[in-house]
Amino acid sequence: MSAENVPQVVQILAQGVAAATPYLYAGLGEAVGQRSGVYNLGVDGIMLMGAFTAFYTVYTTESLAAAVLFAAIVGALMGLLMAFISVTLRAEQGIGGIGLYIFGLGLSTLLFDKLVSTPLPVNGFPDMPIPVLSDIPIIGPILFDHNLMVYGALLLTPVAWFVLNKTTLGLNIRAVGQNPQAADSLGVNVALVRYLTVTFGGLMAGIAGASLSIALTNIFQHNMTNGIGFIAVALVYFGGWSPLGILFGSLLFSIVTTLQLWLQAFGVQISPSLTNMMPNLATIVALILAVRFYRTSAPLALGRPYKRGEN
Amino acid sequence: MQPLIRIARQFDFLAPVVVPILAVLAALAVGAVFLLVLNVDPGVVYAQLLDGAVGNTYSLTQTIGKATPLLLVAIGICIAFRANVLNIGAEGQVIIGGLATAAFALTFRDLPPWLMATLSLVVGFIGGAVWGGIAGALKAWFGVNEILSTIMMNQISVQILIWLLTGPLRDTSADATSANIIQTAELPKAAWLPSIVPQTYFHTGALLAVALAFIAFFFLWRTVAGYRIRAVGANPDAARYAGIDVQRTMVLSMLLSGGLAGLAGSVEVMGVTHRAMQDFSTGYGFSGIVVALFGLLHPIGAIPAALLFGGLLASGTTLQSAGVSAAMVTVLQGLVVIFVVGSSRWTQRTRREIAEPPPRAEPGVVAVQEQELTS
Repeated sequence: MSAENVPQVVQILAQGVAAATPYLYAGLGEAVGQRSGVYNLGVDGIMLMGAFTAFYTVYTTESLAAAVLFAAIVGALMGLLMAFISVTLRAEQGIGGIGLYIFGLGLSTLLFDKLVSTPLPVNGFPDMPIPVLSDIPIIGPILFDHNLMVYGALLLTPVAWFVLNKTTLGLNIRAVGQNPQAADSLGVNVALVRYLTVTFGGLMAGIAGASLSIALTNIFQHNMTNGIGFIAVALVYFGGWSPLGILFGSLLFSIVTTLQLWLQAFGVQISPSLTNMMPNLATIVALILAVRFYRTSAPLALGRPYKRGEN
Repeated sequence: MQPLIRIARQFDFLAPVVVPILAVLAALAVGAVFLLVLNVDPGVVYAQLLDGAVGNTYSLTQTIGKATPLLLVAIGICIAFRANVLNIGAEGQVIIGGLATAAFALTFRDLPPWLMATLSLVVGFIGGAVWGGIAGALKAWFGVNEILSTIMMNQISVQILIWLLTGPLRDTSADATSANIIQTAELPKAAWLPSIVPQTYFHTGALLAVALAFIAFFFLWRTVAGYRIRAVGANPDAARYAGIDVQRTMVLSMLLSGGLAGLAGSVEVMGVTHRAMQDFSTGYGFSGIVVALFGLLHPIGAIPAALLFGGLLASGTTLQSAGVSAAMVTVLQGLVVIFVVGSSRWTQRTRREIAEPPPRAEPGVVAVQEQELTS
């Protein structure tokens, strides 16, 4: 947000677009996993580990590229663990994910206490206004005056849409989530597809965490996600399992999360506790709406382990 | 191999005991690897955990004090999970229960002691039941994923807590405001639960929790409502076919589950903190889920499980001297959940065999059992 004479409303909208970043990375990754029939509720814990890993890498090496890479690797490893729990061990996915969340919450806190202990800011991703485009009035500052992580999240949406809907891999993913028996009988390796998607979902959650700690706030704190990962999972339902729906939902939600700023802009006095609970209330409403309107687009095999010859 | 497997099958009945113990050992082993990587001696950390939990009389009473709300939460989790309603919202239900108790006791300060204590507990139960019931109703009638809705309600309850403690229920006494402590005023003495060992957290709430564990056991396996809950959890379609109102059963399980978590909040407020404060429940909700899973969703199994994890929570705060923060306990809890859930394939089959027939046959009950056996 370089320009000083930008109207306040535009500034808040720009902040909203930036705030959508972690929801987008995490939500798109989760959507790919759910499309293949596995839902991972450990996203929040993976994000915390990604956030810490990225923060600590920048803290020790100052390298942003290495930070994102390591956060992605840690996320992918945790995704791999989730895949092992849900695909190989065929365990209850919801509780397995909660275990992963508690583990990530604990380990990120433990590592921070041991290795850093005091909250220190680091030099995160700098703003990179896109030449020419960022000079467009109103739209420029809202969309084209952010850092690389924000652009990455926005660009990932069409990529995810293309892969899911226009490639053989995407077709296999959707087939496995819709009818694993049929996919299996046509020679699709159900377990392999699910391992790939859930690991990819973890990788994205790791990057989502990195976007929090080195692109949006440039700091790490205990439990800094504060439930963003769970909201991201809910956004997958709200977005009807489609990347474009998730983009829409993420932007809508980031406007709700910047509600406090809006109220201040209009001079409304209200307890911050009440505005802080708005994203969570909105999530519940979003889930109710999602069931009403998108029940039919849910992957049929979502949450069901697959074993050849059983189901 | 075959004869070996046959011999191993003879010991299947031990699985509910052996598997959780193996899960804890595995969690400790993985935890030790992390500690070694961090250049911390796992032996020292685990010795400190043991000492902080059972090293002396004081630490023992601390362990029981922490185990009390954990057990209450875990009993509730058993009931909800048995109906296959995955209540992850115990944290919020604990907070709302504790808040309701504090608000009640501070408003009606002049009630006679016995009435005050009883009603304070009842109000806490109702508070938690309402909070859990909302998520139950959202699942039963709107099809909302209860894991997500209860997690959202956890966050909302934290904000309600902060709002009430900084606003309407704020402790206005001078020392609290100057130190900027967020809490309510102290509850009237009539609402305190008496200590069993004076000056410790071992209070009568512990006896209440153990009694409720046995009552919950009786409820789940010896009453019709309990049977319905288990039938819905085992196979909702078969339960519906058998004439059970699946939606109402789900809501009932969440009302009871939330109520017991709310009671955990009341007991903590009335027996330990004697007021509602910002972090009075930190972690009981999630730890209670770990306890319930570790006790294999059996209310009686939850008793030793609550003592084990109560010990972990009690000694977690003393870990600093061993070179790591209390978050090590959270790491171990997460690992235990992962290992217990990961091994559920080996415990579930045995658990199903233990399940007994209902006390009174309902129409269609046979169909449920047949379904259960073939699925």
